[in-house]
Amino acid sequence: MRESSRLGSEARLGWALVAPALGVIALIAIFPLGWTFWESLHLHELRMPWLGKPFIGLANYVEIARDPRFWSALGHTAFFTVVSISLELLIGLFLALAMNRVFRGRGFVRAAVLVPWAIPTVVAALLWRFIFESQGGILNALLVDVGILNQPMVWFIQASTAWVPVILADVWKTTPFVALLLLAGLQHIDLSLYEAAAVDGANAWWQLRHITLPLLKPAILVTLIFRTLDGFRVFDLIYVLTGGGPGTSTEPVALYTFNALLQNLRFGYGSALSVVIFAITFGLALFYVRGLGVRLGGDEG
Amino acid sequence: MREAGRGKREAGNLRGGGVGRWVFGGALVLLMLFTLFPFYWAVVASFMSDAQLFRDPTLFPRHLIFDHYHALFTERDFVTPIRNSLVVAGTTTLFCLTVGTLAAYALARIDFHGKAPIMAFILAVTMFPQISIVSPLYLLLRSLHLIDTYPGLIMPYMTFAMPLTVWVLTGSIRQIPKDLEEAAHVDGATRRQSFTRILLPLALPSLATTGILTFIYCWNEFLFALSFTLGPERQTVPVAIALFRGQYQVPWGEILAAAVVATAPVAAMVLVFQRRIVQGLTAGAVKG
Repeated sequence: MRESSRLGSEARLGWALVAPALGVIALIAIFPLGWTFWESLHLHELRMPWLGKPFIGLANYVEIARDPRFWSALGHTAFFTVVSISLELLIGLFLALAMNRVFRGRGFVRAAVLVPWAIPTVVAALLWRFIFESQGGILNALLVDVGILNQPMVWFIQASTAWVPVILADVWKTTPFVALLLLAGLQHIDLSLYEAAAVDGANAWWQLRHITLPLLKPAILVTLIFRTLDGFRVFDLIYVLTGGGPGTSTEPVALYTFNALLQNLRFGYGSALSVVIFAITFGLALFYVRGLGVRLGGDEG
Repeated sequence: MREAGRGKREAGNLRGGGVGRWVFGGALVLLMLFTLFPFYWAVVASFMSDAQLFRDPTLFPRHLIFDHYHALFTERDFVTPIRNSLVVAGTTTLFCLTVGTLAAYALARIDFHGKAPIMAFILAVTMFPQISIVSPLYLLLRSLHLIDTYPGLIMPYMTFAMPLTVWVLTGSIRQIPKDLEEAAHVDGATRRQSFTRILLPLALPSLATTGILTFIYCWNEFLFALSFTLGPERQTVPVAIALFRGQYQVPWGEILAAAVVATAPVAAMVLVFQRRIVQGLTAGAVKG
């Protein structure tokens, strides 16, 4: 009896301590999410207040389904996400394996890779924009000096070349984070496995494929889920680097939504776009967690 | 403990032969160059005159000038965005730490039903796309006349800062051994006493690390700051830099000077607290 009432008061204390934080999150994150959905069922053009705010059901969603700019934005987002994450995982894995070894200057490497991660994305985008500028851009100057280019190249004039700085900047900024997550996973691998393999004469490549990668799979999947969701909401980087241009040829969904909301003040339609992005992100997370069995945090599991 | 295992790790893990070592070393050096070059170039270029920058850019300039930094604080008033960023990021961080510590303590130390779903919920919120709540937040802030004000940024910032703080703090409090608190309980200490006298002092470094992380996320935030401010008076540092405009051409010199000013404190913090930040970042994310 006393035991159970003690547990009851423990539970009350637990909830009481958690309540303020949960309350804040519910009030400013979850409640607006519901509001976004409500808003998406209306025609709401802030530019045309005389239209009022009539309820139009799913008409905004029908418009999205027929909106070529939305579909190409979705394509750009998927392209950006897949390409940048593949590169980041490959390079990140290499960096993690490297940082897990002992060599002179390891402390320096660990510190150096963290800095791109910590600086504002806007600044990272500007640094790379500056490197790729046609006028005074150092990359063009170097490429011309070496003889790879005959004359300075205008990187931002067509989508195919504009993606290069975008993806490079993302890889530059985010690989450290990927490497650190993977490194944390590497440090949980039991070293005796390698010793046993070495005794059996297994070479480094065999050890990587049969010990490191299988045991690192959970960490790789967690990284993948974080980075996929990040990639799908990419905004700052492209806003600064290309502005979605030339035209809308590098525009991701988040930027399209931002433009619909705050440039064109189409709140009903923009909200519907927001809901679609949320649904896609949610679906991806669900796919990873259910389909691939990713386990995230918590003390159970 | 881990230190002791290092020698072994080198012996067992991925030992390369002669050629392998050179390839490995070379790749690592290239990666470091790739990582550090943009910083080097930004710093060097911020000390070059526009004339040299646009006509004859060189990696190793002979003359360095401070004009861009001077212009940043005289013609541009870059002090205002810095103040705005400090106020917004600082207030958000302090509030999140206060409320978040209570929640993290409960999640790390008290047994109660519903903990696992709460953690899952908090993690889910850290991952949802910011853009999906821009429209209601904008309408809400507009109706409260909070567009272009400090509270109008601090409130939206809680959406990502609060779950982040609780998540990281819970992870790091869990790593603090329970022995002392348990001993205190046996000696008749109340929960409040064991929290304030024992855990809190032990958790101070974790609080500092979490605070730094939250502060960095707020300092770097762009989408909300861009959406909920109207002009230079309340713009934060990233927005101000992104919207820098020159009269005739892109004022790269000043942009880079601003980038250096905005980045230097963050970079310094990261370099000093590197080890702790990495622990904080990965504590909650990956477990063995």
